[in-house]
Amino acid sequence: MTAVTKGAGNTAPELILEMRGITKSFPGVTANDKVDLELFRGEVLALLGENGAGKSSLMNVLIGLYRPDAGQIFLNGKKVHIHSPKDSMELGIGMVHQNFKLVDTMTVVENVILGEKDLKLIPNMKKAAERIRSISDHYNLKVNPDKYIGQLSVGEQQRVEILKLIYRGAEILILDEPTAVLTPQESDELCNIISQMTSEGKSAIFITHKMEEVIKFSDWVRVLKKGKLVAVKKTSDTDPSDLAKMMVGREVLFNIEKMPFTPGENVLKIIKLNASDPNGIKVLDNISVTVRKHEILGIAGVAGNGQVELTEAVTGLRTSQSGEVLINGENLTNRSPIEMIRSGVSHIPSDRVAMGIVGDMSVASNLAMKGYRNKPIVSRGILRTSLILAFARRMISAFNISTPGPQTHVKFLSGGNIQKTILAREIDACGDLLVAAYPSRGLDVGATEAVRKEIVRQRDEGRAVLLVSEDLEELISISDRIAVMYGGRIIGIVDSEGCDIEKIGLMMAGIENHQQERGSRT
Amino acid sequence: MRIHFKKRKSYSAAAAVLTPVISFIISLLLTGIMLAAFDINPFKTYTNMFQGAFGTWRDFTETLVKAIPLILTSLGVATAFKLKFWNIGAEGQLVLGGIAASGVALFWSSWLPPFLLLPVSILVGAAAGGLWAGVPAILKVKLNVDETLTTLMLNYVAILAYDGIYCGPWRDPNGYGFPGTAQFPAAAWLPRLSGRAHMGLIFALIIAALLWFAFYRTKWGFELQMIGQNKKAARVLGVNIGRNVILALLVSGAISGIAGACEVTGIARRLQQGLSLGYGYTAIIIAWMSRLNPAVCVPVSILMAGLLVGGDSVQIMMGVPSAMGKVMQGMILFPMLAGSIFTEYRLVVSRRNTDISEAEVAK
Repeated sequence: MTAVTKGAGNTAPELILEMRGITKSFPGVTANDKVDLELFRGEVLALLGENGAGKSSLMNVLIGLYRPDAGQIFLNGKKVHIHSPKDSMELGIGMVHQNFKLVDTMTVVENVILGEKDLKLIPNMKKAAERIRSISDHYNLKVNPDKYIGQLSVGEQQRVEILKLIYRGAEILILDEPTAVLTPQESDELCNIISQMTSEGKSAIFITHKMEEVIKFSDWVRVLKKGKLVAVKKTSDTDPSDLAKMMVGREVLFNIEKMPFTPGENVLKIIKLNASDPNGIKVLDNISVTVRKHEILGIAGVAGNGQVELTEAVTGLRTSQSGEVLINGENLTNRSPIEMIRSGVSHIPSDRVAMGIVGDMSVASNLAMKGYRNKPIVSRGILRTSLILAFARRMISAFNISTPGPQTHVKFLSGGNIQKTILAREIDACGDLLVAAYPSRGLDVGATEAVRKEIVRQRDEGRAVLLVSEDLEELISISDRIAVMYGGRIIGIVDSEGCDIEKIGLMMAGIENHQQERGSRT
Repeated sequence: MRIHFKKRKSYSAAAAVLTPVISFIISLLLTGIMLAAFDINPFKTYTNMFQGAFGTWRDFTETLVKAIPLILTSLGVATAFKLKFWNIGAEGQLVLGGIAASGVALFWSSWLPPFLLLPVSILVGAAAGGLWAGVPAILKVKLNVDETLTTLMLNYVAILAYDGIYCGPWRDPNGYGFPGTAQFPAAAWLPRLSGRAHMGLIFALIIAALLWFAFYRTKWGFELQMIGQNKKAARVLGVNIGRNVILALLVSGAISGIAGACEVTGIARRLQQGLSLGYGYTAIIIAWMSRLNPAVCVPVSILMAGLLVGGDSVQIMMGVPSAMGKVMQGMILFPMLAGSIFTEYRLVVSRRNTDISEAEVAK
């Protein structure tokens, strides 16, 4: 696609949008740190970065959902102030969010004219429907204006969102991970739609964390990492593994001391595990992997390639269709979460606030959410509050949880302290296996170090650790072996000592590693 | 100048206490405006209402008569709401409890020893109420059927069945055609404490105490709280959500069932018109006002019962429609819901910052 613009090298492309030095911070994190962005007419810009790299917040600044702490936005060379999505729409900037903003029980026409600025009391539906039809035909969107949103597939709904923006006169379209919900065919169609739009002088910004899409869709790519702009490249000058490297980037390592690698017997053994999501899409594809005592097995990969699903299968949260999960030799395939907990599996979940804590309960209660089942905290069904408090005080000091007190509701703590609360609870209750998904994501430097040290300590003490992380540095610095996942498969396993970051980048981009690495056969 | 809400750093206990009190005062003011619009003196009305509900011991016992089913059903509702299971079917559960208890009292007296007749009536009433709430719970857990609809619709099923039963098959053959069953045998009469206030009060207080203990001091209550506040986390932490929902709803319905059983054995001593008076709906308001705390449900129920009894008495004394008491009940809920935001947020008044005024200029 985008052959039109790529070929037209002789005419200088026209700069239509410029963001200069955008800085936006939230309590505890800087989401955007002096980020610049340029968008040319008729081109597609890809914004690439991990979860939490600041792509979405940058776009939210652009459409006026967030107000930046510093920085300016220029449209066609003129400085603009955007305070709400209404402002940005008036300026011709529109966004297709990941979660569509459509009303299921209304028709396409109704959804398109909904929220229009000068909507009449009795809108002319016929005229609107006609215009929708003509736009739909023009861009081959295949949208029937009279259908109800609830009757449409996800791909069709997305096209309605795009149509809505064109209808309202958008010149710049922002697409937030548009392909995450699409089938490959629908992705190709989307690609055609975008190239048709760009050939007519519209521009698009494309948020993604998938390298192939960058190559397929975009003219330019900007890579964000931890809120900072780390690379600007013409897409034709780059390739997937290059992008993967930029995305995970190198940074100063913490020096975390760990004991030499002396793995013990198998704790977790997964044999040919297969799982599908409710739509029948394969999320785990023939996974075989082993984690031993005194070992941290890191799982690397771009988000959404089956890592979280793997942790769910091990913690009883996801049922598999075939294959086995063995813990200490016992077959625990498709057991319930409580059975996995009883067999000594601890879990630091990927979404700590949604899955790891109960925000409206106290720090003490949250710390007790594993131990409340055991004596002496419970006896004959009655909880002993004094023991819960004593346990909480012990954990708060052992894990340096910074809280006004054990009775404070846990949702009032910072992200780092919430994570330390989870860590304290899980480690205290841990048997032989600790499963940690993105344990340091979004944490500040101090908390990150504390979390990593604690995980290494568990390994040194003889536990097996399955660690999923997007942060390649984290994986290399603390894990013993690294398995790379792509498309639900384990594409290769390497020893982290002296490993080749380039090779891991290639594997993360889905390029198979033919050389069998040491350890991959265990 | 700009007024906006700012999240508090921790819960405000003061706001938690003041919100219901201020809400009550605001509702008095709002209802007062309405009374004044009808040319009725609000102060006199309120004084008479209070007198009517709490003025004499006898009045107070009448208030208690209405408070008993309110306490019980609000406890039932609170148990379900603790799980964010929106059981609005307390009315139907009460009615079904009443029907079942009546059935035992009427037809099992022939073979049950007399001293067992009353306890068995009440237990069977509880079981029937539990069943009536258990069905929506099972549907929700197994098929994800919306509980608001099922519990509400089962109210109509229960109420119409009740109408059909006391007018039809169970009608007293010696009752000169009046709708209603025969009077229960004396062994099935719930003893009265004072006036018409019956033993149900003792049950209500005991159940409130037990439930308070269960909510805040037991493993079960801990799991209910986890599920209610964050279902996803509860699942990750190994809590069996389905079993807990069904169990809690059986308890919830059973408590409302006891309310119905106490009504028929304690007040009318027969199944007749007047069992479904809307206690189960008022219970929803009470449960919310009490923040699902069983200990708070008791005084709030007595207050709400006072409004009902007081409303009746101003109708007699001043010709004010008795619905005024119900209007006030409704009026309390609005400021209450609006006010609950203050426990987590506080109001901040700030000057416009320069950025905004600059934007205004740019526009």
